[in-house]
Order: sequence, then C-alpha cells, then structure tokens
Amino acid sequence: MVAGAYVLEYHLVNYRRTWRSSALSTLVLPLLTMVGFGVGVGAYVSGGVGGVPYLDWIVPGLIASTAVQTAFGEATWPVLSYFEWLKVYFAQAAAPLRVGDILGGHLAFMVFRVLTSAAAFLGVAALFGAVHSWWAPMTLVVSLLVGLAVAAPTVAYSASISSDSYLAILMRFAVLPMSLFSGVFFPVESLPVVLRWVAYALPLWHGVELSRDSMLGLAPGWLGLLHVVYLLLWCAAGWLLAHRLFQRRLAV
Amino acid sequence: MDSLIHARGLVKRFGDFTAVDGIDVDVRRGEAFGFLGPNGAGKSSTMRMIGCVSPPTDGVLRILGLDPRRDGPKIRAKLGVCPQLDNLDIELTVRENLSTYARFFGIPRKVARQRAAELLEFVQLTERGDSKVEPLSGGMKRRLTIARALVNEPEIVLLDEPTTGLDPQARHLVWERLFRLKQQGVTLVLTTHYMDEAEQLCDRLVVMDAGRIVAEGSPRALIEQYSTREVVELRFAAESQEPYAEKLAGLGERLEVLPDRILLYVTDGDAAVAEVQHRSLAPASVLVRRSSLEDVFLHLTGRTLVD
Repeated sequence: MVAGAYVLEYHLVNYRRTWRSSALSTLVLPLLTMVGFGVGVGAYVSGGVGGVPYLDWIVPGLIASTAVQTAFGEATWPVLSYFEWLKVYFAQAAAPLRVGDILGGHLAFMVFRVLTSAAAFLGVAALFGAVHSWWAPMTLVVSLLVGLAVAAPTVAYSASISSDSYLAILMRFAVLPMSLFSGVFFPVESLPVVLRWVAYALPLWHGVELSRDSMLGLAPGWLGLLHVVYLLLWCAAGWLLAHRLFQRRLAV
Repeated sequence: MDSLIHARGLVKRFGDFTAVDGIDVDVRRGEAFGFLGPNGAGKSSTMRMIGCVSPPTDGVLRILGLDPRRDGPKIRAKLGVCPQLDNLDIELTVRENLSTYARFFGIPRKVARQRAAELLEFVQLTERGDSKVEPLSGGMKRRLTIARALVNEPEIVLLDEPTTGLDPQARHLVWERLFRLKQQGVTLVLTTHYMDEAEQLCDRLVVMDAGRIVAEGSPRALIEQYSTREVVELRFAAESQEPYAEKLAGLGERLEVLPDRILLYVTDGDAAVAEVQHRSLAPASVLVRRSSLEDVFLHLTGRTLVD
C-alpha cells in the first residue's frame, strides 16, 4: 500500500511537467462539447428528454463519458510505452516494489486524472447553469468508479500488446461505439435491441445512468445498486487480468 | 564464509530453451565478481535472477541469506541495479531521476534530495543536474544509471555490461568510478564481454558458455591455467597461413592458425621468435605480447560468431 503510494508520487512528479497543456484540454474539451451539443443540438430538441431540458440531460452523460475517455487515454499509450519504449515499469520492478504496487500506483494516478477531468467538466457545467441538485458532486464518485472500470481492463489490454496499432483497433471497435451507444447523447431505448444489449454489457452506460441520477437528484434505487456492482465487477476482473499480465512481463 | 550471493545448480528455462543450465556461484562481500561470456551465454538471465526480477526455474539461490522467491522486495531493497539498456526517465531531469527513484526505497524526500546531490557529484554530473536526460551523451546516461543504482546505498551493485557502447573516454571514466566504489567496500557483480574490463575490475570471475560455467578464478589464475605466459603473433605474407603451421610444429604449447596470422602460445616469446628465425621462416610481422584474458576466453568459448 505504502509502496504503491510511492509509485503514485512518481506519476504525479512526472505529470507536473505536462499538467498545463493537459489542464487546458481538460477545460476546453467540456467547453466545446457543452456549446456544441448542449446548446447547439439542444436547440433542436424541443421539450428535452423525459421532461428534462436537453442540456441538463446530456451533461451527466458527458461527465461519465469524459471519465471514460480520460481513463482510456491514460491506460493505453502510457502503459504501452512504459513497457515497450521508456521501460519505466522495468526500472520500477528492480526497486523493492511488488507488481501490485507498480500496477496499483499507476491506476491510482489514472483515477486522479479521471477525477480532475470530471471535476473540471462539472465546474464548466455549473457555469452553464446545468447543475441543479445538491447530489451533483456524487457524479465524481460515479466517474471514479466507471473510470476505473474502464482503466483496469484497458491497462490489461495495453500490457498484452507490443505495438500501438492494436490501440487504434480498441479505439475504433470498443471505445467509439461505447461512447455513441451508451445513452450519452440519446436514450438507449431508441437503439435496436441488439445494440441496446451492447450498451448494457459495456461499463459506460451504467456510469451514465448513475451520473444522471446524481446530477438530476433522482433516487437510483435497486437498479442503481446493480449498476455499482456491475462496475465493481469490471474493476475487479480488470485488476486480476492486468496483474497477471504485469506479472508475466515484469517477472520472467 | 560470508557469501552474499550463493547459487547451487541454478537453472533458468524459457519454454524449451535453457538459458542457465545449472551453475554454482559464490560471491563474497567486498569483491568484484564478473560473469564473462559471449552473447547468449546466460549472463543476463543470471543477473536477472540475482536481481530478483526473474524467478529461478530450479536450484538454490540465496542473496544476502534470503530466498528471492519469498523475499524479493526485501532483497531488492539492498541491491543496486544498472541494466544493460538504460531505462532512465528521459522526460525527468537528471536530479529528478535520482530523487524519484530513491522514493521507491522509502527514502524520505529530504534525504533523497541530499543523496541525489552527492551522487551527481560522484558521477560528475552536478552541472547537468537540472537538464533533461534525453540530450545527455551515452556516457553521461550510463553514469546516471550507475548513480541511480546507488541511491539506496546498496550492499550489492549489479552491472549488466556497464560500458557496452561507450567511447574510450567514457569507458575509462566509468571504470574509474566503479573502482572507487570497490575501494569503498561495495560488492560489485558485473557482466561483460570486454576482456580488458574484466581484467581491470574483477577480483574473480566465471566464464559462461551456453548456460554453463566453463572456467572460474581470478583473471591471473585463469590466464595461467588456460593460456601461456606470452603469445607470439606471426603474420606471413602469403595467401594462406596454413603451410607455415607445419613448419612451426613443436614450438610452444599450442598453436592457432587464423586466416591472417598464426598465434603461438609460449612461455618465452623472445626465445620462440629466435627459434622461428632459426628455422629460417621470414614472417612479415612479429608481435610478442603478454597473454590476456581474451586468449582464455576465445580458447574456452571458441572463435565462432555467436549471433
């Protein structure tokens, strides 16, 4: 645990050099999506969705989606390069760290990035008047959960490949469809049944639902608990898989 | 006996391939111990097992009296590792490379900063302390990697081919620093295929070939055992050196014919040269030199190219 904190500290020191440029995109991206979708597209969606103005309806989904995008960004190229090009993990493995410390410390950093981007999005949303409930900050907890649910298995995937062309495949066939069909921009009920089940299977939709409940101040009920359990399952499976792959590469 | 590294019948297999095939090694406190061998001899695999990042397939391995299978982190806390390929953090500064790495050992930040400053002084990089790693020369990067291996004041420093790829000046500077460490009583374990490096630095060494240890001893003892005191290199101005070999028969303990010259392994070089002249052979060039570890190495592992 303590050793994992040292690894997190390393990633934070590393991040200190690039945080300015990354902070800018963290703020600009929500600003653009907010204007483009919420205000632009929202003007055509008269009557909103389920009685909620379109901007208010879409923002919680965008926050969950941002969490997932950030998790994906941090769990792909950095992980691949720490194995293949920069060899950072191998340097860490020579120190008195365990595989779990190396993996856990890096995942903790990813969670940190997920939380800061989700918080930035929430802040921008508040400026646009899209925050109405005192439960809104709960969306950050949801972001953490869905971010980790995506980061852990993605780290495992990145640890299993040796070329970044496989990351493009993941982007095209997993992340993009997941972002489009998980009820971020329109309710999953408008999807054909097959695609609806794809949304149910992937983590993002569960995060979107939970995020929407918190932002709109709705009680999530038993279904909410199911969402949480399902996301925790993704986290656990991702961790176990990633740990195995890290072990295989760092201790051969 | 105070044996810091103790291996008996140590084996490392990768699938069907046996990289290390049952070796016995004892490294004593304060000595500089070398693993010599051609590429693929199993040196790096052995180093990785000693570094507790590669579990042994079979055999006994004790490091500082502990079992790497069980006490990996505990052992690694007392090791310094300088890998074959630098894995420095190219985006951090020289100083940050040392201070962040020190944190992995649980060294308090203040101590880490102080130690980084001392180590930069030791490897003569103080002036580059705040520069990024990327633009550093190969020799500087190597020195920084060595400095990083020392942040935890290790009991054993593992160096995998510490000077491969460095220019002569850089090599000599690295040697000089390693020699200084040795004088301070740090136990050094290194792999190399540079014979001069082994002769310069190692108190004792083993020669590995195809995963096995084929010879063991001090550089001097190995030369005495596997070579002669002196070597005479004769170059004849002819297409083939082969015909001259017969005429040199009986001279010295051993004779080796190479495409461009003949090597005579003898006790007294000058006497052998006199005998060559006496037999009225007229080589185009004659060189008498002391036998080196290189002669031992080539004798034991052969002249065929490995990779």
